[in-house]
Formats: sequence, C-alpha cells, structure tokens
Amino acid sequence: MKTTKNALTVALAAGGMMLLASAAMAAGADLGNAAKQETNWHAIVMFVIFVGLTLGITYWAAGRTKTAADFYAAGGGITGFQNGLAIAGDYMSAASFLGISALVYGSGYDGLIFSVGWLVGWPIILFLIAERLRNLGKYTFADVASYRLGRTPVRTFAATGSLIVVIFYLIGQMVGAGQLIKLLFGMDYVYAVMIVGALMMVYVTFGGMVATTWVQIIKACLLLGGATFIAFGVMSKFGFSFEALFAKGVEVHPKHGAIMAPGALVTNPLDAISLGLALMFGTAGLPHILMRFFTVPDAKEARKSVFYATGFIGYFYILTFIIGFGAITMVGTNPDYLVSGLGSGLKGGNNMAAVWLAHAIGGDLFLGFISAVAFATILAVVSGLTLAGASAISHDLYASVIMHGQATEGREVNVSKIASICLGVIAVLLGLIFEKQNVAFIVALTFSVAASANFPVLVLSMFWGGLTTRGAILGGYIGLLMSVIMVVLSKAVWVQSFGFSDALFPYAYPAVFSIPSAFFFSWLFSVLDNSPRAAEERAAYEAQSIRSETGLGAEGASGH
Amino acid sequence: MKAQHLASANHIRNNPKFAELVKKRTVFAWTLSVIMLAIYFGFISLIAFNKAFLGTKLSDAGVTTVGFPIGVGVILSAIVLTGIYVYRANGEFDELNRQIIEESR
Repeated sequence: MKTTKNALTVALAAGGMMLLASAAMAAGADLGNAAKQETNWHAIVMFVIFVGLTLGITYWAAGRTKTAADFYAAGGGITGFQNGLAIAGDYMSAASFLGISALVYGSGYDGLIFSVGWLVGWPIILFLIAERLRNLGKYTFADVASYRLGRTPVRTFAATGSLIVVIFYLIGQMVGAGQLIKLLFGMDYVYAVMIVGALMMVYVTFGGMVATTWVQIIKACLLLGGATFIAFGVMSKFGFSFEALFAKGVEVHPKHGAIMAPGALVTNPLDAISLGLALMFGTAGLPHILMRFFTVPDAKEARKSVFYATGFIGYFYILTFIIGFGAITMVGTNPDYLVSGLGSGLKGGNNMAAVWLAHAIGGDLFLGFISAVAFATILAVVSGLTLAGASAISHDLYASVIMHGQATEGREVNVSKIASICLGVIAVLLGLIFEKQNVAFIVALTFSVAASANFPVLVLSMFWGGLTTRGAILGGYIGLLMSVIMVVLSKAVWVQSFGFSDALFPYAYPAVFSIPSAFFFSWLFSVLDNSPRAAEERAAYEAQSIRSETGLGAEGASGH
Repeated sequence: MKAQHLASANHIRNNPKFAELVKKRTVFAWTLSVIMLAIYFGFISLIAFNKAFLGTKLSDAGVTTVGFPIGVGVILSAIVLTGIYVYRANGEFDELNRQIIEESR
C-alpha cells in the first residue's frame, strides 16, 4: 500500500446523532482533515472512461433536447423501470455508500438504523404523492402546490423551499466530493470541486433531464454492480452464512458483542423519533426527487418507478450492511489497511472501509473501479440537484412569478440553462468556503426543511380541499423558518460552528416540532381565511381532485 | 380542448364509479401508509426505549441477534408494501379509472 505515508486517522469526533449524521451522509464532515493521497491511476483511468461515456451521452441528449418538456422532463419518455433506476441513482449518494458502511464498520448494528430510515419514505411517496403529482404537475412540484392556489405567492414559497434544500444539499455533496476525491484520487481539493462543478454544468446545461437521467441510470448500475461484487466476495468467504460472518465480526471487532445491537448513536428517544420523521417525510419533499416523476408518461409508470426504486435502494442498503461487516472481518484485521497495526484506525478514516474492502477483494484494479464509481455517484447526485434548482428558478420564479406565464418556452429554457451555470458556480464557491467547516448539520437542515416546508404544503394541497393560499404559505414559511432556526440554535451549529458554550435548542433534529407546526398553521390560517379568493380556491378543489385521481387532462398523458 | 375537459369532468363528477375509485384507493393508500408508519416507528421505538430486546440472541450457540431479522424485515416490508400497492393500483384501480374515462367521453 503506497498510500501509507500520507494517511491520517480521521476521527469520528462528534458524538451522538451528529456522528450518525456526519458519517452517514455528509462525508465531508468526517473527511474534513483527510490527507491527500498518492495519485491513483487505476481510478483516474476508469473515471476518465466514465466521463467520456457520459459526455457522449450528453452530446446525444443535447440533440434530443429541443423543447421545455425535453429539458425539464426528458419529454416524459422515460419508462417506469428506467426512472426507478434513475431515482435510485439520484438517491444513493457516495456518502451513503461509504458513510453507512463506515458506520457499520465502526459500530455494527447502528448502521442499519439509517438505512431503514432512508428507505421508509419511499412507500409514503408512492401511496400519497407519486401518481397525484404526475397527474397534476408538469415540471416542478410547485405546479401541483399552486394548481388551484395563488400562483405568485405559492410558487415563490415552493421555489424558496426548493432552492434552500438544493443549495444546502449541494454544499454537503460538494464538500464531501472534494474530500473524497482528494482521498481517493490524490487530487487537490480545489481542483476536485471545480471538476465536479464543471461536469455537472455541462450535463445539465447541454443535456437537460435526458442526460441527467442517463448519468443517474449508469451510475446506479455501476454502484449496484460494484457493491454486489464486494458483498458477494464477502459472503463467499463465509460460505454464504450470515451467522459465520457475524461470529467472525464479533470475535475481531474491538466492541465485540456490542456491535450486534443498537449502541450509543441514538440515545435520546425524542431525537430518534424526530430523525425518523425527518428522514421519512423529508424524502417526500426533496425537489430533485419529486421532479423525477414528471419524466414518465403517466401515473401507472410513476407508480412502477417507485416500486423499482424502493427495491434497488433497499437491496443497496442491505449490501452496504454486508460490506460494513465484511470490512470488520477483512479490513480491520489486516495491518496493511490500518494506520499503526491491529486495533488502530483505518488509513484515511472509517469512510474508507468500503474502499479498502474493495481492494481486499479485487486488488488495485477493483479499488480503482470503486473509487471511480464513488466519483460518478457524486456527479449524478449533484446533476439532479442542479437541474431541480434551475427549474425552480426558471419555471417557477422566472416564467410564473416574474413573467406571469407570458415567457416563451425558448426564453424559459435559456433562463434555466443560465441558472444551471450560476448554481454550478455557487456550488463550487460554497464547496470552497465550507472546505474546513463541519457540514454535518447540513443533513439535519436539508431533510428538516424538506419535511417541514415542502412536504406539508404539497400533501395538503393534494388531499385537503380546505387549504387556501394564505394557509399554505403561512404554514409553509412557519415550517421552513422553524426548521432552519432550530437547526441553527442546535448544538451542531450554535456550539460547533459558532463556538457558543450551550445550545439554545436542546435537540439535534427539529422535525418533531416543525412538521406538526407547519400542518397546524396551514390548517389554522386556512380555516380563518374568509376572503373571496379562499372561497374560490376551495371550490376549485373538486376539479383538481378529478384530474388528480383520474389523470384526465394530465400533461403528456396518453389516451385522451 | 378545455371545454371538452369540462364536459368530461362534469360527467366524471356524477359517475358513482368515480366516488368508488377515490374511496377505495384513498382507503387503501392510507391503510398501507399507516402500516408502514407503524412498522417503522415500532422499530424506532425499540431503538429508543428497548435496545436490549434488539440485542437478544436468536439462539444460545450463535451470535445473531433479534435485531437483524427485524431491521432487514423493515426494509423488506417497505419493498413488499410498495409491490402490493402497485399491483392493485395498476390493475384493479386503473381498470376502474379506464372505465370512468371511457364513460365520460
């Protein structure tokens, strides 16, 4: 292992939920002081092949991206199966691959808690949201929220919620990407962040949703294939017996039997429930995920895509669990991968568990492959985010709010392309600004805002005829502000970033307070709204419900 | 186009099959949602309030604990529940929906 001399132990310093969050998602948090590794040529060659392939696809996609529908929604021509893979590619981040296996490597069972939380939002999306979203909307979830409500205020609110989620998600991804690439490829942080930013701008600006979808599909296949290969390698070493794998894990792990049960990561019951709520309902409020439902032709395919996505994502999380245990038995016991002999930390930190395991199973070449897949994974996720953010700017803010629906389609798409470039530049700048920061709070913030602002307004607009514009925006903004303020006042930001001695908000996750508040105030301000406009909005629910339930008049729907 | 939709919408509103579809699908969707919530928050409650139970060994000789089949079970239940919903929605409900649209023409 040439990487020995540069490697540093990366401490999983933060305790409790913060550690859980940082390890599992914002890889940047615990890769914060990662050392630059020696140049990894296998990884670079494979990454160049991936980039060449995806740029080829972007070139092909650019020729097929002529209208706004092509740009935002791939012309509605993606099948349920393809969209399921693309959703999985959008959702399985590099940090969840490396972070969850790292969490399992470090503390066993606790890793499963996050995997489960990230999966259970999907059935809810299917049962309550997917088909109605497809039937009512065109390109963004704001189409649905503002279907019968005031266009200007509701779209402004939805675009604000979307952009906050997109920008914070991007910070987490960019910082994670920079640290990861520094570690895996031996490249400077600055260049790593700039390459990610430049590539995502090219994919989104030229190829729109078609290119973004195919980048996500290819990445999902590579990641699922790579993870399957590692897990297969692990299980074959143990005669495909989980008992044998676990027995070896318990024998060699410093915590022994404790890795077989939930440990210290979730200590406060209220935080456990709050985290559960944020993960479950946050997923249903992520604009880049919701946007994917407009790429399929009808509600039937929208449903299918969630089924496939849930299957792929669930399978992937089970694999990361096997990979984590494989790392305990095959990486943690091999001094080649450890800083200073048995019992010491992993070279490059716990997030390298899956990467070193790939080496233990498939040698230098496979390590290069997995590193390239990790890079590809980041690109796919940031591309989806950028497209969702650009759509909020062009479709919601520019075309509806500023131009009052009078913008030409060509102008709108051009604004979207300019917005993609601006978001790319902003993402790179934020990645550079936050390089040395602890970005673990980003997870809490992103999922909390999505669950407390976007999700309640979206669900109420579809299911409750009594919702009025006033109720939607007041309830939505209250959820948004509460989640942001509570995260800022929590330990992660108030103490760890601002340096105050005591957190003003005693919990790590605000969701248990902010989600019910958003629903309550949306209800309250709606029932108190006696304006004539509110009466019209309530009356319009029946027509909305007919379209929402039957798909009659849905954009691009077939058969009418 | 718009007028045609309005005519259809009026017809659909008065079609008893529409009320039947909305009721059946809504009840089904919320029932499955409640099942998913109960499974997940049951799991979270065990983690929050009774970690020791999840750490109980399945057999005296082995190391595998109760927590593993439960955790993996929650993941599989999510996949199975989505499968059940898609099966019924894309079959029975879509057939009903097709009839409603057909009759409104």
